[in-house]
Formats: sequence, C-alpha cells, structure tokens
Amino acid sequence: MINYIIRRLLYMVVVLFVVSGITFILMHSVPGGPFDKEKKLPPEIQANKEKYYHLDDPLPVQFFTYLSRVTLPRITTTAPTLQTDDDYLITIKVGDAWFRWMNFGPSYASRNRTVNDIFREQLPVSFQLGVMALGIAVVIGMPLGIMSALNHNRWPDYLGMGVAIFGISVPTIVLGPLLVWIFGVLLQWLPPTGWGAKPPFVLGLFPSNLTWEYFKYAVLPAFVLGFGSSAVIARLTRASMLQVIREDYIRTARSKGLHERAVVMGHALKNGLIPVVTVLGPLFAALVTGTFVTELVFGIPGLGKYFVTSISNRDYPVIMGTILLYAVFLVMSNLLVDIVYAFLDPRIRYN
Amino acid sequence: MTATAKPSAPAAEAPIPGKTTKSRSLWQEAFQRLVRNRAAMTGGIIILLLFLTAIFADVIAPFSFEKQSLLNANAVPTWITRLFPSLQPYAVINEEYPIGADKLGRDLFSRIIYGTRVSLAVAFIGPIISLIIGVIYGSISGFFGGRVDNIMMRVVDVLYAFPGLLFIILLMAFFRTTLAQPEEGTFAYYVGQLDAKFGGLLFIMIGIGLTGWETQARLTRGQVLSVREKEYIEAARAIGATNSQIMFKHILPNILGPLIVLETLAIPGYIYTEAFLSFIGLGVNPPTPSWGSMIADGSRALRAYPNQALFPAIALAMTMFAFNFLGDGLRDALEPRLRGTQE
Repeated sequence: MINYIIRRLLYMVVVLFVVSGITFILMHSVPGGPFDKEKKLPPEIQANKEKYYHLDDPLPVQFFTYLSRVTLPRITTTAPTLQTDDDYLITIKVGDAWFRWMNFGPSYASRNRTVNDIFREQLPVSFQLGVMALGIAVVIGMPLGIMSALNHNRWPDYLGMGVAIFGISVPTIVLGPLLVWIFGVLLQWLPPTGWGAKPPFVLGLFPSNLTWEYFKYAVLPAFVLGFGSSAVIARLTRASMLQVIREDYIRTARSKGLHERAVVMGHALKNGLIPVVTVLGPLFAALVTGTFVTELVFGIPGLGKYFVTSISNRDYPVIMGTILLYAVFLVMSNLLVDIVYAFLDPRIRYN
Repeated sequence: MTATAKPSAPAAEAPIPGKTTKSRSLWQEAFQRLVRNRAAMTGGIIILLLFLTAIFADVIAPFSFEKQSLLNANAVPTWITRLFPSLQPYAVINEEYPIGADKLGRDLFSRIIYGTRVSLAVAFIGPIISLIIGVIYGSISGFFGGRVDNIMMRVVDVLYAFPGLLFIILLMAFFRTTLAQPEEGTFAYYVGQLDAKFGGLLFIMIGIGLTGWETQARLTRGQVLSVREKEYIEAARAIGATNSQIMFKHILPNILGPLIVLETLAIPGYIYTEAFLSFIGLGVNPPTPSWGSMIADGSRALRAYPNQALFPAIALAMTMFAFNFLGDGLRDALEPRLRGTQE
C-alpha cells in the first residue's frame, strides 16, 4: 500500500509537470502580452515593465524559474518583504530563519496583489461553495437513489429518476437565473448576488460567521451547483443498490427473517454505497473547479472570475496558478479515492 | 435509466405477422426496443423537430436575427405583461413580437429559432470529432497493447488531470486570437475565415472535440482489449486477414454499441459547453444568436425583463432533456443487459 501511494505521488508530480508545461506553451502562444493596452505604452516603459517581471528572458528560462519558485522551499535569514515577487504561500519562522514555500508570483493585472493573495482571498469562497454543494448533492442524491432502488419500477423509482434527469438536463446557467428571479427578485427572500463572508477566514478556508447572514447568500448557489451533481449521485446509488439487493447474502439475510429495514441498513447500504463514496472525490474536485460557472451567475467573488479575466489579460502567473491548483485538486482527490476504496473494499489490492 | 420508460417489456415479443420466420439482427432488435420506449421516442421526436427548425429557420422565423429596431427595444406583447405583471408600468407594447424583443429590438423568437442551428451543430459535429479522435486513439492503443498501450493511456491520464472547462476556455482564447487576423494566404487565415463564416462555431466544435475524446478513447481501448482475444478474431487472423481488415470489419462493428451510447449521453454536455462559452462571451460571435449568449444578456435584465432570459433557457433545457431521454433509451436498447444496473 505504501509503495503504491509513493508510486502514485511520483506519478502525480509527472502529471502536474506536464500540465504546467502544456498550459505554459498554450498561454504563451496566444498573441499579445500582459502590458499591451489599447493605448500603447511608450516602448521604453513597456520594455522596463517586461524586464521587471522577467518577461524578456527566454521562455524555457521563465518556465523553469517559475517551477522552481513554486516547488522549491527556501530558507532565508532575512525577514519577508512586502514585494509582490516575494510572497510565499507558506511562511514559517524557525528561530532566526524563515522557511518559505510556494511562490506563485505576482499578478500582472495589479500592482500590489500576488497570485497567493488571490488564493488566500478568493479560493476559500470557491471552496466553501464547493463543500456546501457537495453536501447538498449527497443529501438529495443518496436518499433519492436508495428510494428508487428499493421501489424498483414503481412510482417512487420514476419520481426519483425523473428528478435525476431533470437535474442533469437543467444546467446552471438556466437554473441559476431562474432561481435568482423567483427567490431574489419576485419573492425577495434571498439576496440575488454576493457572498456573506469576507477574509480573513478561519484556518484560511472557513468563514467566521456561520449565521443566517452568511447562509442566505449561499443557499441558492450551493443548491444550483449541488442539484446537478445530486442527479449523478442518485443514479449511481440506485444502480449500485439494485445490483447489491440481488446478491445472495441479501437473500440470506431476508430468509433468516431479518426485518426489511435491518436488511437495507445493515447489509445492502454497506456495500451499495462503496461506489458512491468513491465518486465523491472526483465530484468534489469537479464541484470546486465547477463553481466558477455558478460564481459568474451569482456574482460571487470566487476564483472563477479571476481565471476568465486572467486569460484575456494575459496574466500569466494567475493562469498558471489557477490551472495548477485545480489540477492538484483533481489528482489528489483521485488518489484519495483509490486509497479510500482499498479500505472500504478489502478485496482490492494495489500491488 | 429513463424515468418514464415502460417498466415491463414483454420477455417474449409478440410475433409480427409476416416477419416471424426471418431472424432479426441485433441492430433491428435494438431499434424495436428503442421504438417501444416512449420517453426515448419523445426525445427523438423533439430532436427531429429541432432539426427541422434549424434547417428551415429562414422560413419559420418571422424576423431576421440581426435586424435591430431600437424603437422597439425591450418591447413585449400584451400576454407577456399579463404573465409578468411587474412589467406593466414601463414596458413598450408591440404585438408583432411573439415573446418580445431584446435590448436592441431584435425579435427574441426569431433569435431562439436561429439559435437552434448553433446548438444542433454542436450536438452533431462535436460528437463526430470526439468520436473520430477517441476511436482511432483508443483502438490503436487497445489493438497493439503492450508498451504502446501503456504510453498512450498515460497521455490520456495526463489530459484527464486538466480541468476541462478551464482548458477549453484557454483553447478558445488561443484559437480566437491566433487564428482571427493572421496574414492573408496562410493556412491560419483560411481557418479563421472559415470560422468567421460559421459565426465562430468552428472553433467551438474543435475545442469541444479536442477536450471530449478521452473518455471515448478509454472506452474504445477497453472494448477492443476485450474483443481482441475472441475466437472469431483468431479465426479471421488464421484465414489471413490484415490488421486493418480485422479492425474495421470484425472489431469495430462489435464495439459500436457502447460507443454510440456514450456519445449520445455526452451530447447534452457538449450543448451545455457551447451555451456556457457563449454565456461568458467566448462562444459564437455576435450577432449570431446562441441560447447561451441570449441567457447571458437576459440575466443582466432579469429584474426588468424576465422574459428575455426565460425563453432561451426553456429552449436550452428542453433540448438537453430530449438528448438525455434519447441517450437513456439508446442505452437500454443497445445494452439490454445493463438495463437498470448502470447509473
């Protein structure tokens, strides 16, 4: 198992290297640079700006400088400065020295913000939204799937699967504006846009005010985002439960006179939910990365907006940073799933 | 699994007069199962109607999709003001527009009709691109196996780690700017011109095709691997069939079913990707109407004119419903063993 995890981690490093390479090539092959404006800057100033951000270096040099700044930890004896190219995500003071790691660079679009600033202030919002959406997806999806499976080919089944197909077919850009209009404009129960938490966040991720003031902003977007995924969970739960309740051990449990509820709760759910649990990892990654559609619809100050604008601004460090961040999310959650799978299902061995 | 599918298909089919003696092929049987599935048929009929709408858009649409009439900006017919009473104090009433006009005075109904073209083009050409890339890639990988297979599948793994939507946005930005105004006479110039002719659709379809083939490739590879060892392939090899003969005559027809099912179920995703790209302004070029860009425009005026977002949204959702129903029905028909056991 340990060997397997180590191998997977090494493999992950390769994947992330390739992802960053492709992104780097692609984003530099888009014509134009971060300082090309409608109103042209004087060439000297443009050259100076490019020199300041080391954009005049050859591309391979830029690429490997970037990678080394992000990946290699630095130990310095001088105190961190407030320069935008000196902002590390992790800074720990050990005695007289500072251990510092992960410098994603400055954002070209702003004079005093770094990519790490964006991670600190905007990522938590996307993360919170993703977590809540996952919660909603599970709370709606699992019972729906179980209900459908236990009433196979009867009306609760059709109802459940009808809801599921509705969830898959009605995309965020349809459901979002519709719910904003009903609950935000017509009934005025919930605010149509915005987010209820501001930095600083508890532990860097969680909001400090868990009150209605916070949740009233989150209800609609989290529901819209979670509802689509709940359909996926419902279908998967149903399929896997249908398979499990046909197994011999379920018949055995029934024939020894167990109460139906005990059969379902004690025997069927245990095995039936394994595939569902394993899909939660990629789903979470998809939700955190997918929040950005929802963020646009609901005007939430998350990471999504920065990604879209960073592309049109040719804000290279922000593009690289967000893509890498999302890729890490995806790869990590896949790894996590494989590990969890081995624990849940002892028949699986990775050797 | 469809929601409203008929629960119990009779195990032994009633013999059809005159056809009882003729044995039916797998495909015919699948087709019959599909026809009996009411939800799938409804989906199919809706898609057919949408298809006709797209072809005959010029005839059906009462107005041009790009002609502006600023006097009638945001105009609505009377029945809309009855539906949304909040509009009554300020709305410009003009009965000529069946469901109203947008902020430039363009007829919403006509734009939705023309928008069908964009969505359907993506729904049919996107899958073809991803199918071609995916099947070729996957079958090479599965057919040759060993080291080739290993390397090719690792490449797919890496592509899986790309966050899909972000990657496609990056690709779109790349296409748009690189191929938009290059020098005349170059290859890029002609591609750019072609795209402009399609109102920006070409790049969307290429982008969707380039990001959507990995699942297809994996499935093809798995299928080829499982079919490759069958006796009939061995027999074909024994009588001296070449690799390509085996691939196209013996393997591909046998693995086509799951591929079609996967692709049909992926179509709503493609439609949504286009709508989403247009929603954020990276999709079709204005004034080409796309449901996504119409929803985006409409959401900005949601408070004042809800009709502008509502109707394109209904069109988009309905189309995705239709493709989902048809896809589910196709799966039940082509893979009856999986009926009710798959997600």
